Order: sequence, then C-alpha cells, then structure tokens
Amino acid sequence: MTPFSQATGNAAANPYLIQSATIVEKIREAEDIDTYRLRFVDEQVRRSYRFAAGQFNMVYLFGVGEVAISIVSDPDEPDSLDHTIRVVGRVTKAIARLQPGDELGIRGPFGQGWPLDAAQGKDVVIVTGGLGCAPVVGAIEYIFRRRSQYGSVKILHGIKTPHDLLYRERFDAWRRHPDVEVLLASDQPHKTWRYHVGVVTELFEQVVMNPARTMVLMCGPEIMMRLGVPILMQRGIPETAIYVSLERHMECGIGLCGHCQLGPYFLCKDGPVMRYDRVAPWLERVGF
Amino acid sequence: MATPCDTHVAAVPKTFLQQLIDVLCAKGYRVVGPALRDGAVMWDTIRQVSDLPIGWRDEQEPGRYRLENTGSDQIFGVVHGPQSVKPLAFAPREPLLVIERTKGSFSALPTLPKSEKVAVLGARACDLAGLAIQDHIFLKDAYRDPYYQTRRDGLFLIAVNCTRALATCFCASMDTGPRASAAFDLALTELEEVFLVEAGSAAGQAMMSALSLAPASTARVREAEQQIEACARSQVRRLDRSPLPQALYDAHEHPRWDDVAARCLACGNCTMVCPTCFCHVVEEVPDLTQTRSEHTRLWDSCFTQEHGYIHGKNIRPTIKDRYRMWLTHKLASWIDQFGTSGCVGCGRCITWCPVGIDLTEELPALLKPSSQAKEKPGQA
Amino acid sequence: MSQPKDHGKPGRPKMAVFKFASCDGCQLSILNLEDDLLALGQALDIAYFPEASSDMREGPYDIALVEGSITTPEDARRILSVRKQAPLLITIGACATAGGIQALRNWGDVEAFKRVVYPSPQYIQSLSTSTPISEHVRVDFELWGCPIDKEQLLRVITDLLAGVQPRLPTHSVCIECKRRGNVCVMVAKGIPCLGPVTRTGCGAICPSMGRDCYGCFGPAEGAHEGPGLPPNTASLAKEFHQGLQLIPIEVLRRFRGINGSVRPFREESQAWEQKDRAG
Repeated sequence: MTPFSQATGNAAANPYLIQSATIVEKIREAEDIDTYRLRFVDEQVRRSYRFAAGQFNMVYLFGVGEVAISIVSDPDEPDSLDHTIRVVGRVTKAIARLQPGDELGIRGPFGQGWPLDAAQGKDVVIVTGGLGCAPVVGAIEYIFRRRSQYGSVKILHGIKTPHDLLYRERFDAWRRHPDVEVLLASDQPHKTWRYHVGVVTELFEQVVMNPARTMVLMCGPEIMMRLGVPILMQRGIPETAIYVSLERHMECGIGLCGHCQLGPYFLCKDGPVMRYDRVAPWLERVGF
Repeated sequence: MATPCDTHVAAVPKTFLQQLIDVLCAKGYRVVGPALRDGAVMWDTIRQVSDLPIGWRDEQEPGRYRLENTGSDQIFGVVHGPQSVKPLAFAPREPLLVIERTKGSFSALPTLPKSEKVAVLGARACDLAGLAIQDHIFLKDAYRDPYYQTRRDGLFLIAVNCTRALATCFCASMDTGPRASAAFDLALTELEEVFLVEAGSAAGQAMMSALSLAPASTARVREAEQQIEACARSQVRRLDRSPLPQALYDAHEHPRWDDVAARCLACGNCTMVCPTCFCHVVEEVPDLTQTRSEHTRLWDSCFTQEHGYIHGKNIRPTIKDRYRMWLTHKLASWIDQFGTSGCVGCGRCITWCPVGIDLTEELPALLKPSSQAKEKPGQA
Repeated sequence: MSQPKDHGKPGRPKMAVFKFASCDGCQLSILNLEDDLLALGQALDIAYFPEASSDMREGPYDIALVEGSITTPEDARRILSVRKQAPLLITIGACATAGGIQALRNWGDVEAFKRVVYPSPQYIQSLSTSTPISEHVRVDFELWGCPIDKEQLLRVITDLLAGVQPRLPTHSVCIECKRRGNVCVMVAKGIPCLGPVTRTGCGAICPSMGRDCYGCFGPAEGAHEGPGLPPNTASLAKEFHQGLQLIPIEVLRRFRGINGSVRPFREESQAWEQKDRAG
C-alpha cells in the first residue's frame, strides 16, 4: 500500500544498541562540511547492513551523544557507508575533530526513504537546496543504476554561494548520463559561477515537465518547499506526486521519544520522506 | 474484558486482602500499593494491609491535593496520588547502555533492568487505560522497547474499581472508567463489608482458583454496579471528544492560547504526572577519563527548551507554542497516531498543575468560535 | 569554545580556582568530590587553588574556575587579569553567575551599611553593587547553584577536557522532582515553592526533604539575555498571592533571594515591591 521503501531495522534486537564503525576516509566538502566514509567494525553487521535511499542513521560519538544524519551513499553498495556532516551543534562540532581511523557509533538505518519503486517509469525531478542534496544522492545513484526503468531525470540544486556547492564531481558525472539535466543556482553571483544566479525555484522555468508522468523529490529548507510546491502545482503537478524529506529533532530514531512530531506524524518513522499533501497543512503551522 | 456476572465474581471478606498479599509474596511478587507519604499516596512496597492508607481519602481540585482521615475502615478510599502506573513500566530514569572505550574502539553493552515480579495493588481504571496506551507505544510498533518490556512483563495488575469520584475526575466522559476495562489480572470492588473480586486474565483466574473464593450473590454484584455507576454520574468534569481531532487542529490560531500561555509555567508537571506522556531524552554522561560512558533515558517534557530544538533554532520558543503542542498532541494528533485519545480522564494534570490549569476548561474555550481566530480548517 | 591547550610544560591542562566575594561553599563542593577529586587531580594539574593547597603556581592556566561576585574596585580590576590568564573561564555558583545573596545590597544603601558595621568605615573600599562576573568579562560557561552541584561541575570539566561544548539542562526543578518521585510541596501542602520557575541541577534536594525550592539555581531556561524563554514568574507569583494567600512583601521576598538580581526574579520582586508600596 505504501509506496515507500521499507525500513530494514531488526525489530527483535535492542533498537538502542550502537554498532561501532571506523572512519576509513574523511572528505572535505566545504567549510565545516565533511563526508565520513564508514566501515562497521563487526564483520557480521557489515554484511547484513542494508539501507534504502533517503533513510538516516543515528550517528554516535563516544561521551557526547547521538545525532540523526541521512545516508549519502549508494544503497547498492551498503558496505561503503557515507555521511555528510555539517558542523551545527554540540555533537557535530565534536565529530568534526575526528580523523580516519577514529570510530563513530551507528544505529540504523531508520525511517522511510524515497518512493523509488513508485517512481519507476516516471520522469523524476529532484529539487534540493544547500545540504539538502545529501539525502537524495543515494536516490540518484539508485536511479542511474537502473537507468532504463525511469524516464527523464532533472536535478535542480540551489545554494547560497558558489562556495557551498558540494559533490561537484558527482553533479558533473550525473550530467553525463543520458536524458539528464543538471541545473544549478546560486543566490549570490561569483565570477567563476557559470550557472543561474537566483533561487532554485526559478530553475523550474528552465525545464519541461510532463505533469502526468512526473514525480518530484525535494529536500532542503522548508521555505524552499513552501515556495516551490505552489509553482510546481501551477505547472500541473499534483501534490501527491511531490515527496519531501523533512527534519525535526530526532532523538531516538524509532518513533518512541516524541521529539520529531509534525502534527500526527513522527518524522523519524513516518518520514523523513513524506508525500507533500500529507504534511502541507502542518508545515504552515507555527510551533509544529 | 471481564464483565461481572455471578459465576465469575467472588465476594470475600476484607481479611482476604492480607491473604492475597501473602499469596503474592509467596509467589515471588513484590506487592506495591498506595502508601501515605508527604501528604499524598505514592507507590510503595506493601507487606501488611495496614501499610495501605486505611480510613484516608483524597480531595483534589485544580492545583490542590489534600488528604483527610475519615476514621472509616475503607482501605482504598484514596483515589490516587500523583503517580499513575506509568513509572513502574516506563522508568523515569532508565540506563540504556554502558559504552566502554579502549584505545580507539568502543563497545556498547545494554543495561536491561533486572526482571522483577511486581504486583500492583490498587491500580485505577484510568491508570490501566494509560498503561494500555503506553503498551501500544512501546511494545506494539515496529521497534519494541526491551527496557519497558522487561518491567511490563513483571507486572501483575490488581485494579480497584472506583466508587467515589474526585472533583477532578472525568474518566466517564473518556470511556476509561470508573470500572477497570483495560487489561488487568484481578479487579476488586470495595463495598462496605466485602470485596468483590473478578479475574481479567488467565493469571488472575488461576489466582482466584488457587484461593477457592466463594461466588458473589446477585445482590452484591448489583450493589457494586450501582456504586460504580453512581461514581460515573457524580463526575462534575467532562471532556467532549466528539469534535476532535479536527476542531482542535482548526483552533491553532485561537486567542485562548495566549490566555492560557499567560498562566502556564511551562514547568512540565502535567506531562510528568500524565499516565500516557511518553517523551524521553537520552543523557550521555562519560567519566573523567573518557573510558566509560553511561547512556541513560530520562522522562522529558514538551515544555522544555530542548524538546523543540533543531540545529540552532527552537521551533517552539514560547509558552504558547509549547502548551499548544502538548494539548493538541494529547487530545488531537494522538488520535491520528494511535487511534485513541492521549487523555484518560484521570485529572492529574489539573490537580498537579501548580497554578491549576484545567484542560476540561481550556478545550471548550479553545473550541468556542472566536472573532479573532484567523485560520480556517486545515485538512489533516 | 576552544580545547584546552598545554602552556609550557607538557601533560595535563592547568586549572586555577579564583575566589571573589563569596562564602567558599562552591570551592568546598570541589573538595567534596571525594573519589572524583583524585580523578580530577589526575586529569588536571590543579595549579592554583588556595582554598585547598599552599602550592600556588602562576598562570597562565587552561581553565579558570571563578567563585564569587564583584563587590570591590580591586576585584573589578582583578577579574580582568584572571580573564587574561585563561582561555576558558567558568563561573561557579550563584555569586559568580548571578551576583549572589550579597546582591541584595543593590536595593540598599551600602554607605549606610558600612557606617553601621564598621567603626571606621572610611577604610572600607566597596562598590555599591554586587555584580556577576559576566558583567565584567566574557564568561565561557556558567554553573548555577548555591552551592554548585558537584556532578554538574564534573560534567562540565569532563566535556571541556574532551574538547566538547558543555551542555546542562535548563528546564524547571519540577521535572527532576517528579522523576525522583517526590510529592509536590506546593500542591499537597500549599507551600510557595519556586521549583516551577527555577533551573534544574540541584537534584530537587529541597522538595525531596519536604520543603520549598528557594531558587538557588536561578531562573529556568532564559535566565540571562539571549535565547531561551524567561520563566513565567508572574503567573507563579500571582498564585502565591491569590491561591496561597501570601501578601505582596512575602511574594517579593520569595523572588529576592540568592538569585534576586537575575532579571526574571529581579523584575518580579520589583513588581511586588510596587504592589506592597501601593498597599
């Protein structure tokens, strides 16, 4: 019934148990943003760990605590587990000091990923802002591994300044696939910036969309969604074909701690990916 | 669910209670019941019937709780204290893991509570309704909570049907009482001279059989029925659930939120005493040498600053936001989440609010049309 | 916040404990750490702690703990030099964090007090106010309480040693009080308790002993300027007056105590001072 990729968590196990994982590589993406490539220490965990694009892990640092971070890597290569982490709070600030060889803890994967089965046979429009591109990387890789099963792919990505552009090589690589458009927008101009200057939603004008066969995946600031969705709807795309990945305070990842509520939803288990029509009334409400 | 009929209901003299306590102790249970402490009743270990608050009763009103000794020989005259059954299954402070670090590596060891057989003597219908809701949250979803499960599995629940309502009670309007209807093992109804006993589970039935209790007469059963019904009728507070959840969703911009926010202390007492509130936070406390860290779950409240935090901002910065979140969740979004109201009508949030905020008064005020209300119905 | 660095000699970070106007109770809390004090002594080089040892070494230090408030011109100068000696400055206790009980002088006439107490008041150099350290220099972290809670001190030092931003809960005492299974003294006994508007951290000691919280950990959440909601002292004060029948001067005194000069408590006591004067 649900078009979502299902969580693969083992309900019988202790869901609070943390598995240690070694940082095998730390890739600098931008100031205060790094991608950590992790490898589970336990051989068996490494073999059995599976995730769907759009799911997240609770990433743990010894003595500091846990923080919810989306999985960036390709779900078809689960033994290479990537997290792109921006320094925003206490835990991420402490993680930023780690180096290859150090260990992090992992609980997960949790939540509902992108509806990639339901998107088969459709054109996929991916709209992201800032670090919001991280949770869709896995979805893009998934689609490109099964290129023939999907229609056209349009990747629209907005950033504040050209310095904020992450995954430059990935965008370049994606551009080379057949029937793919990659459009970038930066709020601020820069002499080296050869793409659009302005907000990401302005890029909608530059792409042709067939409303009857388009599915939209969105991730980024909520303001981008609130401004972008009405434009997409004017173009004839129904709310039910728009999926967004949302963020609230996630403390447990398993729908028990009560922090990540958005109206009737627990975003850690009902989301983070939600069909837009379900969450639209709640995103408008102050305090929810 | 156990509905009394003559063949299943036993009538026993009041001395039966000590016999029950002794049998439970012999079976390895720690019997926990209401005991007088610091001006209220709190769960405590009961060895003798005399450990129970015989002859006492509680008077509760918004922001006020008082006990008085009536001199009667009623054993369960006190309806309830600030604690529901909640802390016996969902512990206020539960160590989850100990994480030990050696060189660069660490290992996490679960610290499950020791399983303990606990017989709860004197759980009220509202408490059991609350427990059933917590069971749903912690045990019936994709991820079961093994800590809750361990504590919950050890519970043997002896309900006491209410024959007296407090001024703060409104279980009748929530369909959760005054008769125990959620899961229990045994239920007692205390009459003038006898207890009526009925079983609500196989374990309870086995206990009744072991004690070979005499069946109650039809007259006794009717007497108990009448007292319970009278208790329901005597409730002065009620909560009309019929317009929920939508009407409360629609009231998001109602000016009454500002009014209640001016009174609310955001102290979190309502959430702490609520039998269903389940929010919790994990605290990580390492030792000085950074070789061992304790990962402990604590009761949390949606009234705290940290609750609504997402990277660098708070989505519920004001008291208005927090009270609205609490009440809307409790009475409205809970229905969408779990299929029931999050309120069981025990009235504890009314009594234990230091300034006596009464949700049965706030809800009708919030649902009353307001000329200032800006927002029109949203579809949930 | 930066990670403590070693200055000069390799090894453990150097810590100093400085005292300003205070009763030494918070310093005693450090000495009362018992077994943990040994661990602390191993993790840190306690280089300057006159309350504990006559072995006093000069700065700079990595961490300075500061007890006490600023009440003299000399101390107002000395705190500037303390700040320069350590990259991390942590205030310990109500005096250093909020001005302390001696900030009651802020409502009084210090010159008059001097004339009453001292035979030769002209030799007493004293400011007319008692002020928290944060009004004089930048403070990296504040510990509340009269005295501080030793567990909180250990947690903050543990985090700082690991280079982690310390964080302590800011919610009300009530939450911890209920977790501990206490009966509310205000609801069950009608005692005017400050717990609902006071910051957690003490372990709800007073209500656990059947008495009221008197706010020694300061206002919950938004105590100072900055993010966080100032507690709703007005509603609690109104309940003290109307529900518990306290007269305005009694309400005033509830809020004008150990943390009486912190804004939310200060403003509340001033509001009731006006009501008291209005009769």
